Amino acid sequence: MDLRLPSKVLEHILSFVDSNEDRNSVSLVCKSWFETERRTRKRVIVRNCYAVTPEAVARRFPEMRSLTLKGKPHFADYNLVPDGWGGYAWPWIEAMAAKCPSLEELRLKRMVVTDECLEKIAASFKDFKVLVLTSCEGFSTDGLAAIAVACSNLRELELRECIVEDLGGDWLSYFPETLTSLVSLDFSCLDSEVKLSDLERLVSRSPNLKSLKLNRAVSLDALGSLLRLAPQLVELGTGSFSDKLDQEAVSKLSQAFSEMKELKSLSGLWDVLPEYIPLLYSVCPGLTSLNLSYATVQMPDLVELLTRCSNLQKLWVMDLIEDKGLQVVASSCKELRELRVFPSGAEGLNDTNVAMTEQGLVSVSEGCPNLESVLYFCVQFTNAAMVTIARNRPNLKCFRLCVMEPFAPDHKTQKPLDEGFKAIAERCKDLQRLSVSGLLTDKAFEYIGTHGKKLRMLSIAFAGDSDLMLHHLLSGCESLNKLEIRDCPFGDTALLENAAKLETMRSLWMSSCCVSFGACKLLSQKMPKLNVEVIDEHPLETRPDSSPVERIYIYRTLAGPRLDMPEFVWTIQKNPEIGVSHLAIK
Amino acid sequence: MITELEMGKAESELELGLGLSLGGGTASKIVKPGGGGAWGERGRLLTAKDFPSVGSKRAADSASHAGASPPRSSQVVGWPPIGSHRMNSLVNNQATKKEDDGKKQAKDDETKDVTKKVNGKVQVGFIKVNMDGVAIGRKVDLNAHSSYENLAQTLEDMFFRTSPGTIGLTGQFTKPLRLLDGSSEFVLTYEDKEGDWMLVGDVPWRMFITSVKRLRVMKTSEANGLAVRHQDPKERQRNKPV
Repeated sequence: MDLRLPSKVLEHILSFVDSNEDRNSVSLVCKSWFETERRTRKRVIVRNCYAVTPEAVARRFPEMRSLTLKGKPHFADYNLVPDGWGGYAWPWIEAMAAKCPSLEELRLKRMVVTDECLEKIAASFKDFKVLVLTSCEGFSTDGLAAIAVACSNLRELELRECIVEDLGGDWLSYFPETLTSLVSLDFSCLDSEVKLSDLERLVSRSPNLKSLKLNRAVSLDALGSLLRLAPQLVELGTGSFSDKLDQEAVSKLSQAFSEMKELKSLSGLWDVLPEYIPLLYSVCPGLTSLNLSYATVQMPDLVELLTRCSNLQKLWVMDLIEDKGLQVVASSCKELRELRVFPSGAEGLNDTNVAMTEQGLVSVSEGCPNLESVLYFCVQFTNAAMVTIARNRPNLKCFRLCVMEPFAPDHKTQKPLDEGFKAIAERCKDLQRLSVSGLLTDKAFEYIGTHGKKLRMLSIAFAGDSDLMLHHLLSGCESLNKLEIRDCPFGDTALLENAAKLETMRSLWMSSCCVSFGACKLLSQKMPKLNVEVIDEHPLETRPDSSPVERIYIYRTLAGPRLDMPEFVWTIQKNPEIGVSHLAIK
Repeated sequence: MITELEMGKAESELELGLGLSLGGGTASKIVKPGGGGAWGERGRLLTAKDFPSVGSKRAADSASHAGASPPRSSQVVGWPPIGSHRMNSLVNNQATKKEDDGKKQAKDDETKDVTKKVNGKVQVGFIKVNMDGVAIGRKVDLNAHSSYENLAQTLEDMFFRTSPGTIGLTGQFTKPLRLLDGSSEFVLTYEDKEGDWMLVGDVPWRMFITSVKRLRVMKTSEANGLAVRHQDPKERQRNKPV
């Protein structure tokens, strides 16, 4: 009796399995399940574009409709990855155009996307619907025009924090009059002014438009007319909020906001003048997400706004909120899940708001029972505060603390912040992401290694004393997937001792540490399933093995060494004639 | 390129399976500020001594630090870890705050032109440089240069490595170029605030750095008819860079 499930039945069952994690498990059961699964997977996510070749992905998932790719390492956001390192979208787009022409959705993060890429997308995928580019660069507004003009079923076009060569606002006028399918448009990172009449016409012929994020150049006056055309918006990113409007315009705008019954998310608000804050009061009770991180609003005005936001789940704000403002958040925003507080001073310490201390975060941790994700920039912190926070919120999943002064100790006791992070690691059993800062010894990492069993991503800067630090982390954190480290004083020993661990992780980034060239060579040799990239802007050929390298990026891969490395990226395959280092191998 | 950072321990001590000694390891806390050799500022590890401690007077030139004034936390690349869009926004806010008088407009333009359109670098003054025939561009910090000669030298080093046995980005060995005197195969050009491409070198350096948006090392043959300072705007050609 054939006990196998007929593939049609299996296919049907799998149509209910959405999560890729589950699908990955399904594909491991047996060959026929692998086959059925791969033929039915619609949504493919590749979190490191160099871990696998585009051809292999296209071959395995011929029915792909949605592809998500990530390119550069996270520290590229902070300019630690030199220009030209890689992360090119082109090979992927080319491969998909050839093998998966039914592709509908493309989501790229930290990749280099050129106008040619965008033109290729426009020309190759007849039913293209969704383009989301996050922290990408390399294209101009001409490329956007190509997408606008050709993708007749476009639903989403979102540019999140991209670096775009802005050649003007004409691109928007390339959306044809026949395009009525738009659901989401985000051009907040562009500089140039788009033609208001084009934007208004686009909005009025898009009955399904739910999310609109304008750029700074869209005036407050223009906002009014846009809102009247789209009162159904669920997400709104305003433009500049600072034009002087006459009384009539103000009351019209106020009316427009009060008509927006579906609004859940609000952002933008650049340069918002205090006298315009009341315009937002009518939408506050419905908001679940509020991004004030570009709004230079002072504490008293912020408080007025936040007391009305009783359903807020996500709040991004600048440290202008001060401890007092965070106390108000703690008492008003009981549904809060995610808090991010950014610095308001570009000069770092001198201009940083000193009326915001560790106390602000402590208040929120006390008042908001659902708080699970924190990003907090501040000048100084204490162990006691972290212990309190950990005790209040053992349900924290993401804790990123950035004490802006490197090596800053507990400002009350002058001790390292080891005990504070110990409390966090120990009590927050579901902690998945952690960023540490301030003065830290190896002990802190011993604690994290011992307790951080669910930790997947860890970011470290200016910390630790020795190799022990890295050893604790690599040997202790069982779930560790991404580790990024800068300016820490450890060298080769821990790295080489825990080499096997690196194959269980997605990637490891180390910059301005003391890893030697010889260790990199040795690691490359011993671990063929890893790409060990040395990123160094000074030539390596004549370097002695003992000299430290500037940056090292290690990631597991099925694709072998990549073929698009610039001159300043070295791998062992590049210069095999240099040979293996003559380090002794036990 | 032997430098002060070279590890003192013998290479044979680096072994797989070597037990770790407490507090030891191969790393030693380093280094005098302003170390020499090719490593210099780039390679040295910043330690607590480099940063004035919290709570003490903020003056970076505090007497307790030997040598050059230590970097403030905002001078360290990529620190604090804020994305480029946010950083640019902060810098612009700072610039706007500092104005009270007629300097406002000029400063705004300067700040905006040199920081906003830049590929996310925090430090004011980084601009993009492309070269004909080279797919991948580089970036150069204008503020780290004091003259055209300086800048030309950096660009020559960047695109045409002159150390023996190495191959520059262009894949050729070359003798030093002379980008500024018209004697080489390439000329240095720049795009100004108005979008015009001009030959570098015509205006005083200070004026140049406030109006340059980006640079291009162009083949001399293609540079014919390129705008010089006094060109009639009607004749300007918009060169879309490679």
